[in-house]
Amino acid sequence: MPAIRLGDIAYARSGDKGAGANIGVIAREPRGYEILKNHLTTDLVERYFAPLQPGKVIRYELPNLGALNFILPQILDGGGSVSLRTDAQGKALGQAILELRLEIET
Amino acid sequence: METIRIGNASAFWGDSNDAPARLVEQAPDLDYLTLDYLAEVSMSILAKQRERDPAAGYARDFVGVVASLARFWKSGRKLRVVTNAGGLNPAGCAEACAQVLRNAGCRNLRIGIVGGDDVLPEIRAALGANSHTREFAHMESGSPIETIRESLVTANAYIGAAPMVDAIQKGADLIISGRVADPSLTVAPCVAHFGWKTDDFQRIAGSTVAGHLIECGTQVTGGISTDWLDLDIRNIGYPIVEVSADGSCIVTKPLGTGGRVSEQSVKEQLVYELGDPGRYLSPDATVSFLTLNVEDQGNDRVRVSGATGSPPPEQYKVSATYRAGYRAAGMLTIVGRDAVAKARRCGEMVLNRLRAAGSEPQRYQVECLGSGDAIGQVAQTDSAGLLETVLRISVFDPRKEIVERFTREIAPLVTSGPQGTTGYAEGRPPVREVFGYWPTLIPRAKVKPQVQLIEV
Repeated sequence: MPAIRLGDIAYARSGDKGAGANIGVIAREPRGYEILKNHLTTDLVERYFAPLQPGKVIRYELPNLGALNFILPQILDGGGSVSLRTDAQGKALGQAILELRLEIET
Repeated sequence: METIRIGNASAFWGDSNDAPARLVEQAPDLDYLTLDYLAEVSMSILAKQRERDPAAGYARDFVGVVASLARFWKSGRKLRVVTNAGGLNPAGCAEACAQVLRNAGCRNLRIGIVGGDDVLPEIRAALGANSHTREFAHMESGSPIETIRESLVTANAYIGAAPMVDAIQKGADLIISGRVADPSLTVAPCVAHFGWKTDDFQRIAGSTVAGHLIECGTQVTGGISTDWLDLDIRNIGYPIVEVSADGSCIVTKPLGTGGRVSEQSVKEQLVYELGDPGRYLSPDATVSFLTLNVEDQGNDRVRVSGATGSPPPEQYKVSATYRAGYRAAGMLTIVGRDAVAKARRCGEMVLNRLRAAGSEPQRYQVECLGSGDAIGQVAQTDSAGLLETVLRISVFDPRKEIVERFTREIAPLVTSGPQGTTGYAEGRPPVREVFGYWPTLIPRAKVKPQVQLIEV
Protein backbone atom coordinates (compact mmCIF):
# COMPACT_ATOMS: atom_id res chain seq x y z
CA MET A 1 0.00 0.00 0.00
CA PRO A 2 1.26 3.54 -0.75
CA ALA A 3 2.14 5.80 2.15
CA ILE A 4 1.10 9.43 2.30
CA ARG A 5 2.68 12.12 4.42
CA LEU A 6 0.19 13.35 7.00
CA GLY A 7 1.19 16.96 6.23
CA ASP A 8 -0.14 16.55 2.68
CA ILE A 9 -3.71 16.09 3.90
CA ALA A 10 -3.67 17.92 7.23
CA TYR A 11 -2.27 20.86 9.15
CA ALA A 12 -1.58 20.95 12.88
CA ARG A 13 -0.85 22.94 16.03
CA SER A 14 0.62 21.78 19.34
CA GLY A 15 1.18 23.27 22.77
CA ASP A 16 1.79 22.33 26.38
CA LYS A 17 -0.67 21.15 28.97
CA GLY A 18 1.32 20.77 32.20
CA ALA A 19 3.63 17.78 31.89
CA GLY A 20 1.84 16.79 28.71
CA ALA A 21 0.97 18.37 25.40
CA ASN A 22 -1.86 18.41 22.91
CA ILE A 23 -1.64 18.16 19.15
CA GLY A 24 -4.59 19.25 17.03
CA VAL A 25 -4.59 17.74 13.54
CA ILE A 26 -6.97 19.34 11.05
CA ALA A 27 -7.91 17.96 7.62
CA ARG A 28 -7.21 20.24 4.66
CA GLU A 29 -10.29 18.89 2.81
CA PRO A 30 -13.55 17.45 4.22
CA ARG A 31 -12.81 13.94 2.86
CA GLY A 32 -9.42 14.06 4.55
CA TYR A 33 -11.18 13.94 7.90
CA GLU A 34 -12.40 10.40 7.20
CA ILE A 35 -8.82 9.34 6.51
CA LEU A 36 -7.66 10.94 9.76
CA LYS A 37 -10.48 9.36 11.72
CA ASN A 38 -9.86 5.88 10.30
CA HIS A 39 -6.06 5.82 10.16
CA LEU A 40 -4.62 8.27 12.69
CA THR A 41 -5.37 6.08 15.70
CA THR A 42 -4.21 6.52 19.29
CA ASP A 43 -2.09 3.38 18.86
CA LEU A 44 -0.31 4.78 15.82
CA VAL A 45 0.35 8.14 17.50
CA GLU A 46 1.55 6.45 20.69
CA ARG A 47 3.97 4.26 18.72
CA TYR A 48 5.20 7.17 16.59
CA PHE A 49 6.07 9.28 19.63
CA ALA A 50 7.38 6.35 21.71
CA PRO A 51 10.99 7.75 21.88
CA LEU A 52 9.58 10.81 23.70
CA GLN A 53 7.58 8.66 26.18
CA PRO A 54 4.18 10.26 25.57
CA GLY A 55 2.19 8.28 28.15
CA LYS A 56 -1.27 6.90 27.39
CA VAL A 57 -2.50 8.91 24.40
CA ILE A 58 -6.11 10.13 24.32
CA ARG A 59 -7.89 11.10 21.07
CA TYR A 60 -10.88 13.43 20.75
CA GLU A 61 -12.86 13.86 17.53
CA LEU A 62 -14.11 17.26 16.30
CA PRO A 63 -16.07 16.38 13.14
CA ASN A 64 -17.43 19.95 12.95
CA LEU A 65 -13.88 21.24 12.39
CA GLY A 66 -12.61 18.19 10.51
CA ALA A 67 -10.11 17.78 13.31
CA LEU A 68 -8.69 15.33 15.83
CA ASN A 69 -7.19 16.43 19.13
CA PHE A 70 -4.54 14.24 20.75
CA ILE A 71 -3.49 14.50 24.38
CA LEU A 72 -0.01 13.09 25.15
CA PRO A 73 -0.08 13.36 28.94
CA GLN A 74 3.60 12.68 29.76
CA ILE A 75 5.44 13.79 26.63
CA LEU A 76 7.17 16.90 28.03
CA ASP A 77 9.51 15.23 30.53
CA GLY A 78 8.03 17.11 33.46
CA GLY A 79 6.77 20.06 31.44
CA GLY A 80 7.32 23.80 30.98
CA SER A 81 9.91 25.00 33.46
CA VAL A 82 11.18 21.60 34.63
CA SER A 83 11.81 19.87 31.29
CA LEU A 84 15.40 19.86 30.04
CA ARG A 85 14.40 19.51 26.42
CA THR A 86 14.85 22.16 23.75
CA ASP A 87 11.15 21.77 23.00
CA ALA A 88 10.06 21.99 26.63
CA GLN A 89 6.64 23.34 25.66
CA GLY A 90 5.75 20.95 22.86
CA LYS A 91 5.74 23.65 20.19
CA ALA A 92 7.46 21.35 17.68
CA LEU A 93 5.17 18.34 18.07
CA GLY A 94 2.73 19.62 15.43
CA GLN A 95 5.53 19.70 12.85
CA ALA A 96 6.69 16.27 14.06
CA ILE A 97 3.32 14.57 13.60
CA LEU A 98 2.92 15.98 10.07
CA GLU A 99 5.92 13.84 9.01
CA LEU A 100 4.06 10.68 9.97
CA ARG A 101 3.34 8.36 7.02
CA LEU A 102 -0.13 6.85 6.71
CA GLU A 103 -0.55 3.64 4.76
CA ILE A 104 -3.90 3.93 3.04
CA GLU A 105 -5.66 2.41 0.06
CA THR A 106 -6.17 5.02 -2.62
CA MET B 1 -25.92 43.94 13.82
CA GLU B 2 -24.41 45.71 16.80
CA THR B 3 -20.96 44.44 17.69
CA ILE B 4 -18.24 45.21 20.18
CA ARG B 5 -14.70 45.27 18.84
CA ILE B 6 -12.02 43.76 21.07
CA GLY B 7 -8.36 43.47 20.11
CA ASN B 8 -5.35 41.73 21.59
CA ALA B 9 -1.83 43.08 21.26
CA SER B 10 0.08 41.07 23.85
CA ALA B 11 0.10 37.28 23.91
CA PHE B 12 2.62 36.92 26.73
CA TRP B 13 5.26 38.82 28.66
CA GLY B 14 7.88 39.23 25.96
CA ASP B 15 5.56 40.10 23.07
CA SER B 16 6.26 43.31 21.14
CA ASN B 17 5.87 46.43 23.29
CA ASP B 18 5.14 48.49 20.17
CA ALA B 19 2.17 46.35 19.17
CA PRO B 20 -0.53 47.89 21.43
CA ALA B 21 -0.14 51.47 20.18
CA ARG B 22 0.20 50.24 16.61
CA LEU B 23 -3.03 48.21 16.81
CA VAL B 24 -4.92 51.14 18.37
CA GLU B 25 -3.62 53.36 15.57
CA GLN B 26 -4.56 50.85 12.86
CA ALA B 27 -8.05 50.18 14.27
CA PRO B 28 -9.72 53.54 15.00
CA ASP B 29 -13.01 51.87 15.97
CA LEU B 30 -11.51 49.47 18.53
CA ASP B 31 -13.57 49.48 21.74
CA TYR B 32 -11.36 47.37 23.99
CA LEU B 33 -7.73 46.32 23.96
CA THR B 34 -6.79 43.17 25.91
CA LEU B 35 -3.18 42.50 26.91
CA ASP B 36 -2.06 39.16 28.37
CA TYR B 37 1.20 38.99 30.33
CA LEU B 38 0.98 35.91 32.53
CA ALA B 39 2.15 32.42 31.66
CA GLU B 40 1.91 29.54 34.12
CA VAL B 41 5.12 30.22 36.01
CA SER B 42 5.28 34.01 35.47
CA MET B 43 4.04 34.52 39.02
CA SER B 44 7.20 32.94 40.43
CA ILE B 45 9.38 35.37 38.45
CA LEU B 46 7.28 38.23 39.80
CA ALA B 47 7.66 36.82 43.32
CA LYS B 48 11.46 36.96 42.98
CA GLN B 49 11.26 40.57 41.83
CA ARG B 50 8.99 41.42 44.75
CA GLU B 51 11.45 39.85 47.20
CA ARG B 52 14.05 42.39 46.06
CA ASP B 53 11.58 45.30 45.89
CA PRO B 54 8.16 45.21 47.65
CA ALA B 55 6.81 47.79 45.15
CA ALA B 56 7.48 45.38 42.26
CA GLY B 57 5.67 42.14 41.39
CA TYR B 58 3.85 43.18 38.20
CA ALA B 59 4.71 43.25 34.48
CA ARG B 60 6.76 46.44 34.28
CA ASP B 61 6.66 46.44 30.48
CA PHE B 62 2.97 47.27 30.72
CA VAL B 63 3.70 50.67 32.29
CA GLY B 64 5.69 51.57 29.18
CA VAL B 65 2.81 50.36 27.03
CA VAL B 66 0.42 52.63 28.95
CA ALA B 67 2.79 55.54 28.28
CA SER B 68 2.63 54.71 24.56
CA LEU B 69 -1.19 54.74 24.69
CA ALA B 70 -1.48 58.05 26.60
CA ARG B 71 -1.72 60.12 23.42
CA PHE B 72 -4.95 58.34 22.40
CA TRP B 73 -6.67 59.09 25.69
CA LYS B 74 -5.35 62.64 25.62
CA SER B 75 -6.90 63.17 22.20
CA GLY B 76 -10.26 62.18 23.65
CA ARG B 77 -10.48 58.70 22.20
CA LYS B 78 -12.68 56.28 24.15
CA LEU B 79 -10.51 53.23 24.58
CA ARG B 80 -10.59 50.71 27.37
CA VAL B 81 -7.69 48.43 28.20
CA VAL B 82 -8.14 45.12 30.05
CA THR B 83 -5.02 43.31 31.25
CA ASN B 84 -3.63 40.81 33.75
CA ALA B 85 -0.35 42.77 33.93
CA GLY B 86 -0.99 43.35 37.66
CA GLY B 87 0.50 39.95 38.45
CA LEU B 88 1.10 39.73 42.20
CA ASN B 89 0.66 43.46 42.72
CA PRO B 90 -2.20 44.97 40.67
CA ALA B 91 -2.43 47.98 43.03
CA GLY B 92 1.28 48.76 42.58
CA CYS B 93 0.92 48.39 38.82
CA ALA B 94 -2.09 50.73 38.83
CA GLU B 95 -0.20 53.36 40.84
CA ALA B 96 2.70 53.25 38.40
CA CYS B 97 0.30 53.57 35.44
CA ALA B 98 -1.56 56.47 37.08
CA GLN B 99 1.74 58.28 37.54
CA VAL B 100 2.75 57.76 33.92
CA LEU B 101 -0.65 58.98 32.70
CA ARG B 102 -0.56 62.08 34.90
CA ASN B 103 2.93 62.88 33.66
CA ALA B 104 1.63 62.58 30.09
CA GLY B 105 -1.11 65.10 30.84
CA CYS B 106 -4.04 62.67 30.89
CA ARG B 107 -6.90 63.54 33.23
CA ASN B 108 -10.31 62.10 34.10
CA LEU B 109 -9.32 58.51 33.62
CA ARG B 110 -10.30 55.78 36.03
CA ILE B 111 -8.30 52.65 36.79
CA GLY B 112 -9.98 49.50 38.08
CA ILE B 113 -7.84 47.22 40.21
CA VAL B 114 -8.93 43.59 40.38
CA GLY B 115 -7.44 41.40 43.11
CA GLY B 116 -8.32 38.54 45.38
CA ASP B 117 -6.78 35.81 43.24
CA ASP B 118 -3.93 35.18 45.71
CA VAL B 119 -4.87 31.99 47.58
CA LEU B 120 -1.50 31.28 49.21
CA PRO B 121 -2.95 32.20 52.65
CA GLU B 122 -5.75 29.62 52.21
CA ILE B 123 -3.22 26.92 51.32
CA ARG B 124 -0.99 27.81 54.28
CA ALA B 125 -4.04 27.78 56.57
CA ALA B 126 -5.10 24.33 55.31
CA LEU B 127 -1.57 23.01 55.88
CA GLY B 128 -1.46 24.65 59.32
CA ALA B 129 -4.69 22.93 60.33
CA ASN B 130 -3.61 19.55 58.98
CA SER B 131 -0.24 19.02 57.37
CA HIS B 132 -1.52 15.86 55.66
CA THR B 133 -4.51 17.69 54.14
CA ARG B 134 -5.97 16.17 50.97
CA GLU B 135 -6.93 19.63 49.79
CA PHE B 136 -4.81 21.28 47.06
CA ALA B 137 -3.41 17.96 45.79
CA HIS B 138 -1.69 18.13 42.38
CA MET B 139 -4.41 17.94 39.71
CA GLU B 140 -2.53 15.52 37.48
CA SER B 141 -0.39 13.37 39.80
CA GLY B 142 -2.56 13.50 42.93
CA SER B 143 0.49 14.25 45.13
CA PRO B 144 -0.40 15.98 48.42
CA ILE B 145 0.41 19.69 48.83
CA GLU B 146 2.68 18.94 51.80
CA THR B 147 5.23 17.66 49.24
CA ILE B 148 6.02 21.29 48.37
CA ARG B 149 5.12 22.89 51.70
CA GLU B 150 8.59 24.31 52.33
CA SER B 151 9.17 25.44 48.75
CA LEU B 152 5.82 27.09 47.88
CA VAL B 153 6.27 30.52 46.28
CA THR B 154 2.92 31.60 44.84
CA ALA B 155 -0.63 30.29 44.50
CA ASN B 156 -3.22 32.14 42.44
CA ALA B 157 -6.73 31.21 41.39
CA TYR B 158 -7.82 31.78 37.81
CA ILE B 159 -10.78 34.02 38.60
CA GLY B 160 -13.39 34.89 36.00
CA ALA B 161 -14.83 37.96 34.32
CA ALA B 162 -17.19 39.12 37.11
CA PRO B 163 -14.90 41.58 38.98
CA MET B 164 -13.66 43.04 35.69
CA VAL B 165 -17.27 43.54 34.56
CA ASP B 166 -17.86 45.36 37.83
CA ALA B 167 -14.86 47.63 37.20
CA ILE B 168 -16.02 48.41 33.64
CA GLN B 169 -19.52 49.20 34.83
CA LYS B 170 -18.05 51.58 37.41
CA GLY B 171 -16.43 53.49 34.57
CA ALA B 172 -12.89 52.12 34.57
CA ASP B 173 -10.90 52.93 31.43
CA LEU B 174 -7.99 50.73 32.45
CA ILE B 175 -8.71 47.41 34.17
CA ILE B 176 -5.66 45.87 35.81
CA SER B 177 -6.00 42.42 37.30
CA GLY B 178 -3.78 39.71 38.70
CA ARG B 179 -4.36 36.10 37.71
CA VAL B 180 -7.59 35.75 35.73
CA ALA B 181 -8.46 33.15 33.11
CA ASP B 182 -7.08 34.42 29.79
CA PRO B 183 -10.41 34.34 27.86
CA SER B 184 -12.09 36.27 30.69
CA LEU B 185 -10.21 39.40 29.55
CA THR B 186 -12.49 39.26 26.48
CA VAL B 187 -15.60 37.92 28.21
CA ALA B 188 -15.68 40.86 30.66
CA PRO B 189 -16.14 43.63 28.04
CA CYS B 190 -18.86 41.57 26.29
CA VAL B 191 -20.83 40.97 29.50
CA ALA B 192 -20.50 44.64 30.49
CA HIS B 193 -21.47 45.91 27.03
CA PHE B 194 -24.39 43.62 26.24
CA GLY B 195 -25.61 43.29 29.83
CA TRP B 196 -25.64 39.49 29.71
CA LYS B 197 -26.73 37.74 32.89
CA THR B 198 -23.96 35.78 34.63
CA ASP B 199 -25.87 32.54 33.97
CA ASP B 200 -26.35 33.27 30.25
CA PHE B 201 -23.86 30.50 29.54
CA GLN B 202 -24.65 30.24 25.85
CA ARG B 203 -23.56 33.79 25.05
CA ILE B 204 -20.72 33.71 27.58
CA ALA B 205 -19.47 30.53 25.89
CA GLY B 206 -19.36 32.35 22.56
CA SER B 207 -17.31 35.20 23.99
CA THR B 208 -15.05 32.69 25.76
CA VAL B 209 -14.25 31.18 22.36
CA ALA B 210 -13.59 34.70 21.04
CA GLY B 211 -11.21 35.26 23.96
CA HIS B 212 -9.50 31.92 23.39
CA LEU B 213 -8.94 32.89 19.75
CA ILE B 214 -7.23 36.24 20.43
CA GLU B 215 -5.45 35.57 23.73
CA CYS B 216 -2.28 34.48 21.92
CA GLY B 217 -2.12 37.52 19.68
CA THR B 218 -0.72 36.83 16.23
CA GLN B 219 -1.10 33.06 16.58
CA VAL B 220 -4.55 33.52 14.99
CA THR B 221 -3.38 35.87 12.23
CA GLY B 222 -0.78 33.59 10.66
CA GLY B 223 1.88 33.31 13.37
CA ILE B 224 3.15 29.72 13.86
CA SER B 225 0.80 28.56 11.11
CA THR B 226 1.64 25.23 9.46
CA ASP B 227 1.80 27.06 6.12
CA TRP B 228 3.69 30.08 7.51
CA LEU B 229 6.15 30.16 4.62
CA ASP B 230 3.32 30.79 2.16
CA LEU B 231 2.16 33.91 4.05
CA ASP B 232 3.46 37.46 3.94
CA ILE B 233 4.20 37.88 7.63
CA ARG B 234 5.94 41.26 7.41
CA ASN B 235 4.13 43.82 9.59
CA ILE B 236 1.85 41.06 10.89
CA GLY B 237 -1.49 42.37 12.19
CA TYR B 238 -2.72 41.64 15.71
CA PRO B 239 -6.21 40.16 16.01
CA ILE B 240 -9.58 41.78 16.56
CA VAL B 241 -12.85 40.00 17.36
CA GLU B 242 -16.15 41.66 16.52
CA VAL B 243 -18.48 40.03 19.04
CA SER B 244 -22.25 40.11 18.46
CA ALA B 245 -25.03 40.17 21.06
CA ASP B 246 -25.59 36.43 20.55
CA GLY B 247 -21.95 35.68 21.48
CA SER B 248 -20.81 34.75 17.98
CA CYS B 249 -17.86 36.65 16.57
CA ILE B 250 -15.91 37.57 13.48
CA VAL B 251 -12.14 37.24 13.79
CA THR B 252 -10.25 39.80 11.75
CA LYS B 253 -7.21 42.11 11.73
CA PRO B 254 -6.55 45.68 10.61
CA LEU B 255 -6.58 46.47 6.91
CA GLY B 256 -3.18 46.59 5.26
CA THR B 257 -1.36 44.50 7.85
CA GLY B 258 0.55 41.28 7.21
CA GLY B 259 -0.40 37.73 8.04
CA ARG B 260 -3.80 36.21 7.28
CA VAL B 261 -7.04 35.40 9.07
CA SER B 262 -8.51 32.34 7.36
CA GLU B 263 -10.43 29.18 8.11
CA GLN B 264 -7.03 27.54 8.65
CA SER B 265 -5.60 30.20 10.97
CA VAL B 266 -8.76 30.12 13.10
CA LYS B 267 -9.00 26.33 13.28
CA GLU B 268 -5.32 26.09 14.20
CA GLN B 269 -5.83 28.46 17.11
CA LEU B 270 -9.10 26.81 18.19
CA VAL B 271 -7.19 23.59 18.94
CA TYR B 272 -4.24 25.35 20.63
CA GLU B 273 -3.69 23.98 24.15
CA LEU B 274 -7.09 22.31 23.88
CA GLY B 275 -8.04 19.41 26.16
CA ASP B 276 -11.45 17.73 25.91
CA PRO B 277 -13.20 19.77 23.17
CA GLY B 278 -16.58 18.91 24.67
CA ARG B 279 -15.62 20.46 28.00
CA TYR B 280 -13.40 23.51 27.70
CA LEU B 281 -13.26 24.65 31.32
CA SER B 282 -13.28 28.33 32.19
CA PRO B 283 -14.43 30.14 35.35
CA ASP B 284 -17.22 31.86 33.38
CA ALA B 285 -18.68 28.82 31.59
CA THR B 286 -17.98 25.29 30.45
CA VAL B 287 -17.82 25.41 26.66
CA SER B 288 -18.33 22.76 24.03
CA PHE B 289 -16.29 23.29 20.86
CA LEU B 290 -18.15 20.39 19.20
CA THR B 291 -20.94 22.64 17.95
CA LEU B 292 -18.72 25.42 16.62
CA ASN B 293 -19.11 26.55 13.05
CA VAL B 294 -16.23 28.27 11.26
CA GLU B 295 -17.10 30.26 8.14
CA ASP B 296 -14.45 32.03 6.06
CA GLN B 297 -16.05 35.18 4.62
CA GLY B 298 -12.90 36.24 2.78
CA ASN B 299 -10.85 39.42 3.19
CA ASP B 300 -9.39 38.25 6.50
CA ARG B 301 -12.82 37.83 8.10
CA VAL B 302 -13.85 34.52 9.65
CA ARG B 303 -17.13 34.01 11.50
CA VAL B 304 -17.14 31.66 14.51
CA SER B 305 -20.55 30.73 15.91
CA GLY B 306 -22.43 27.93 17.63
CA ALA B 307 -20.57 27.55 20.93
CA THR B 308 -22.54 25.61 23.53
CA GLY B 309 -22.30 26.80 27.12
CA SER B 310 -23.09 25.22 30.46
CA PRO B 311 -22.26 26.19 34.06
CA PRO B 312 -18.57 26.48 34.98
CA PRO B 313 -16.90 24.02 37.39
CA GLU B 314 -17.66 24.37 41.10
CA GLN B 315 -14.00 25.03 41.76
CA TYR B 316 -11.47 27.51 40.45
CA LYS B 317 -8.28 26.24 38.96
CA VAL B 318 -5.21 27.34 40.93
CA SER B 319 -1.71 27.74 39.57
CA ALA B 320 0.82 27.33 42.39
CA THR B 321 4.58 27.56 41.91
CA TYR B 322 7.42 26.23 44.04
CA ARG B 323 11.20 26.32 44.12
CA ALA B 324 12.31 23.14 42.38
CA GLY B 325 16.07 23.65 41.97
CA TYR B 326 18.47 24.97 39.34
CA ARG B 327 19.31 24.34 35.74
CA ALA B 328 21.65 25.38 32.96
CA ALA B 329 22.05 24.53 29.29
CA GLY B 330 25.29 24.81 27.36
CA MET B 331 25.75 24.66 23.59
CA LEU B 332 28.65 24.05 21.22
CA THR B 333 28.70 23.60 17.46
CA ILE B 334 30.49 20.52 16.14
CA VAL B 335 31.48 20.67 12.46
CA GLY B 336 32.91 17.88 10.31
CA ARG B 337 32.63 14.23 9.39
CA ASP B 338 30.75 12.11 11.95
CA ALA B 339 29.62 15.33 13.63
CA VAL B 340 26.79 13.66 15.55
CA ALA B 341 28.93 10.77 16.83
CA LYS B 342 31.55 13.29 17.96
CA ALA B 343 28.94 15.45 19.69
CA ARG B 344 27.53 12.46 21.54
CA ARG B 345 30.99 11.49 22.76
CA CYS B 346 31.47 15.07 24.01
CA GLY B 347 28.23 14.69 25.96
CA GLU B 348 29.59 11.52 27.58
CA MET B 349 32.93 13.20 28.37
CA VAL B 350 31.29 16.03 30.27
CA LEU B 351 29.12 13.64 32.26
CA ASN B 352 32.16 11.49 33.12
CA ARG B 353 34.10 14.52 34.33
CA LEU B 354 31.19 15.56 36.55
CA ARG B 355 30.95 12.04 37.95
CA ALA B 356 34.68 11.94 38.64
CA ALA B 357 34.36 15.22 40.54
CA GLY B 358 31.46 13.84 42.60
CA SER B 359 29.16 16.39 40.96
CA GLU B 360 26.79 14.30 38.88
CA PRO B 361 23.54 16.25 38.42
CA GLN B 362 20.20 14.66 39.20
CA ARG B 363 19.12 15.01 35.57
CA TYR B 364 21.36 15.26 32.51
CA GLN B 365 20.28 15.52 28.89
CA VAL B 366 22.26 15.57 25.64
CA GLU B 367 20.70 16.69 22.35
CA CYS B 368 22.41 16.85 18.96
CA LEU B 369 20.33 19.49 17.26
CA GLY B 370 20.06 19.01 13.53
CA SER B 371 19.93 15.24 13.88
CA GLY B 372 16.25 15.22 14.86
CA ASP B 373 16.86 15.11 18.61
CA ALA B 374 14.52 18.03 19.35
CA ILE B 375 11.61 15.69 18.57
CA GLY B 376 13.17 12.42 19.70
CA GLN B 377 14.18 11.51 16.12
CA VAL B 378 10.62 10.39 15.42
CA ALA B 379 10.66 11.92 11.95
CA GLN B 380 14.30 11.59 10.95
CA THR B 381 16.69 8.73 11.50
CA ASP B 382 19.55 9.19 9.05
CA SER B 383 21.96 11.60 10.72
CA ALA B 384 25.19 9.79 9.78
CA GLY B 385 25.86 12.13 6.87
CA LEU B 386 25.40 15.39 8.77
CA LEU B 387 28.45 17.65 8.56
CA GLU B 388 27.44 19.79 11.51
CA THR B 389 25.33 19.65 14.64
CA VAL B 390 24.71 21.78 17.70
CA LEU B 391 25.50 19.91 20.90
CA ARG B 392 23.19 21.01 23.66
CA ILE B 393 23.68 19.68 27.18
CA SER B 394 21.20 20.63 29.88
CA VAL B 395 21.22 19.67 33.52
CA PHE B 396 19.01 20.02 36.56
CA ASP B 397 19.81 19.62 40.22
CA PRO B 398 18.28 20.87 43.47
CA ARG B 399 21.79 22.05 44.49
CA LYS B 400 22.99 25.25 42.84
CA GLU B 401 26.70 24.38 43.20
CA ILE B 402 26.24 21.19 41.18
CA VAL B 403 24.75 23.14 38.28
CA GLU B 404 27.49 25.78 38.57
CA ARG B 405 30.11 23.08 38.37
CA PHE B 406 28.54 21.83 35.13
CA THR B 407 28.73 25.30 33.53
CA ARG B 408 32.53 25.16 33.92
CA GLU B 409 32.84 21.87 32.04
CA ILE B 410 31.74 23.08 28.59
CA ALA B 411 34.69 25.34 27.73
CA PRO B 412 37.39 22.64 28.10
CA LEU B 413 35.86 20.92 25.04
CA VAL B 414 37.08 23.81 22.88
CA THR B 415 40.60 22.39 23.18
CA SER B 416 39.98 18.75 24.16
CA GLY B 417 36.96 18.06 21.93
CA PRO B 418 36.92 17.03 18.25
CA GLN B 419 38.42 19.15 15.51
CA GLY B 420 35.73 21.55 14.34
CA THR B 421 34.38 22.34 17.80
CA THR B 422 33.30 25.98 17.65
CA GLY B 423 30.71 28.54 18.66
CA TYR B 424 31.75 29.28 22.22
CA ALA B 425 31.37 33.08 22.01
CA GLU B 426 28.60 33.20 24.62
CA GLY B 427 30.86 32.00 27.43
CA ARG B 428 29.64 29.99 30.41
CA PRO B 429 25.90 29.37 30.39
CA PRO B 430 23.88 31.13 33.11
CA VAL B 431 22.45 29.14 36.04
CA ARG B 432 18.72 29.66 36.35
CA GLU B 433 16.42 28.92 39.25
CA VAL B 434 13.66 26.49 38.30
CA PHE B 435 10.12 26.97 39.54
CA GLY B 436 7.81 24.01 39.37
CA TYR B 437 4.18 24.33 38.37
CA TRP B 438 1.55 22.84 40.68
CA PRO B 439 -1.96 22.95 39.25
CA THR B 440 -4.73 22.38 41.79
CA LEU B 441 -8.32 23.39 42.64
CA ILE B 442 -10.05 25.54 45.23
CA PRO B 443 -13.77 25.86 46.06
CA ARG B 444 -15.20 29.09 44.63
CA ALA B 445 -16.53 30.15 48.04
CA LYS B 446 -12.97 30.41 49.40
CA VAL B 447 -11.96 33.03 46.82
CA LYS B 448 -13.14 36.63 47.15
CA PRO B 449 -12.38 38.70 44.05
CA GLN B 450 -12.11 42.41 44.85
CA VAL B 451 -12.39 45.62 42.86
CA GLN B 452 -10.91 48.96 43.78
CA LEU B 453 -10.91 52.17 41.73
CA ILE B 454 -8.39 54.98 41.54
CA GLU B 455 -8.61 58.23 39.60
CA VAL B 456 -5.95 59.68 37.36
